[in-house]
Amino acid sequence: MTLAWWTFDSWEMVRRNLIHIKRTPELLLDVTLSPIMFVLLFSIVFGGAINVGVEGGDSQSYTNFLMAGIFVQTVAFAGIYTSVLLANDLQKGMIDRFRSLPMAQSSVLVGRTLTDLLRAALAVAIMWVVGMAVGFRPEGSLAAILLAIGIMLLFGFALSWVGVAAGAAVRTPEALQGIIFAVVFPLTFVSSAFVPIATLPEWLRPFAENQPMTVVVNAVRDLTLGLDLYQDTLPAILWSVGILIVGFPLGIWLYNRRTTQ
Amino acid sequence: MIEAEGLHKYFGKTKALVGLDLDAREGTVLSVLGPNGAGKTTAVRILTTLTHPTQGSARVAGIDVLRHPARVRANIGVAGQYAALDELLTGRENLGMVGRLYRLNGTTVRQRAAQLLERFELTDAADRTVKTYSGGMRRRLDLAAALMSQPPVVFLDEPTTGLDPKGRLSMWDLIAGLAQGGTTVLMTTQYLEEADRLADDILVIDHGRAIARGTADELKRQVGGERLEVTISDAPNLGDAQRVLEAMGEGPARINADDRRLSVAVTSHEGVLTRAIRELDAAGVHVDDIGFRRPTLDEVFLTLTGRPAEEQPLNEEVAS
Repeated sequence: MTLAWWTFDSWEMVRRNLIHIKRTPELLLDVTLSPIMFVLLFSIVFGGAINVGVEGGDSQSYTNFLMAGIFVQTVAFAGIYTSVLLANDLQKGMIDRFRSLPMAQSSVLVGRTLTDLLRAALAVAIMWVVGMAVGFRPEGSLAAILLAIGIMLLFGFALSWVGVAAGAAVRTPEALQGIIFAVVFPLTFVSSAFVPIATLPEWLRPFAENQPMTVVVNAVRDLTLGLDLYQDTLPAILWSVGILIVGFPLGIWLYNRRTTQ
Repeated sequence: MIEAEGLHKYFGKTKALVGLDLDAREGTVLSVLGPNGAGKTTAVRILTTLTHPTQGSARVAGIDVLRHPARVRANIGVAGQYAALDELLTGRENLGMVGRLYRLNGTTVRQRAAQLLERFELTDAADRTVKTYSGGMRRRLDLAAALMSQPPVVFLDEPTTGLDPKGRLSMWDLIAGLAQGGTTVLMTTQYLEEADRLADDILVIDHGRAIARGTADELKRQVGGERLEVTISDAPNLGDAQRVLEAMGEGPARINADDRRLSVAVTSHEGVLTRAIRELDAAGVHVDDIGFRRPTLDEVFLTLTGRPAEEQPLNEEVAS
């Protein structure tokens, strides 16, 4: 019974968020226009300069190599961006209304993160099409490709809960933008997202090789390109599940603490 | 129906409430009256489960707000000083969402929403986004949202602050209608006229504690009884008028020479007016205006706190 209500309330929140998107489509720019720009700029500008060797699959093309990085980067940003959207909500009176209703309070957050999962899925679909147009040729089996998409979305969903925690902890959306920039950018660039790890300075490599971004990018890349398979698949899933196990309760706790003040 | 004992709420060093007791009887309107920063909003936030008291306990509809917040929420409607609405949703969608979150079924939600929109004169605007609403329309929709589940207890935090006179009057009618329908209402206000007009009981609070309570009449009596007030035509007659009035009333007359106005405390109405007019006339005093006057709640507040109640600016009471 309780679970049914929780699902019902969460769906109500997703529905509210989808109406917001319908009425202000510019809310989707970060998951439509930005990824398109990234795919085009990186593949065209860096495509000739970076030699990725076998990591680019059979064709050894940079675009093939790049796509996994772009996918995971975009999905990660979309996940963390949950913090800004939540912080916006917290600044308005609506949360007080929700708090005075006999609804499952955490469904406000579940609705938020599920909506952001849909946003991430939209971004992946768009990037896939744009990528194909500029030479992305996935070579993995259909099952492997579906698994790759599942892994990236799970990672994004897990980061959404980190976003919930950050959004509840930090007072203003503007401050969050700064924090996201300072934390997420280094994580994406010091990883295997855009360049092979071997090209990084030696002292950076231990960090770059083991941080979650790299693990997830590698898993997605191997699966989409049909490379030395499944080596990073399980670690990638475990990282996401681990982040979720910490982020989910932490997000709910910080949100409750923030809203009962 | 609403009871609280010894509510304390501290925000760091700021003490918003220091031992507030309150009690609203079933089916009545309790008005919590106080200037900005008196602790009104904090009290409402505690009673509506939005925040925990540092100390003290409260029950709403017989349910403990600390132990069973979810059950309290199922029995209350809340309309705040800042309309808690979704700007990007239409009026109807807002009510629909709130209704469904109260766990009403789809048909009931649609019917209730339509009825409330009609009653609150929002039918024409029902399918526009709230973004396009005026301040008065937002407040009405906010109150409508609070009533979606027909709750037995309704909390209104400064329901008319910031509204124009027309908006205020229409809000007053709606609140009066609620009370007639048997709903228990707790409303905060910094407008004495509002409390006087709508409330069965008034609780005057200042600096986080109650400083007086009772009906409007009781509070007025507390400050001093009824007075006979006379405005005379010619200033030189003030002395004669004073002599006549002091012979009729209790104690010394209060005289405002600039306005040629005098007043004296009286204990009953019985024949007083006619006698006063006759005797003033006999003394050769011409009367411009005469009547009984009770102290206003402004005077009540001034007497109780030593300062005027209406410390504008508007809507500056911090949520904390």
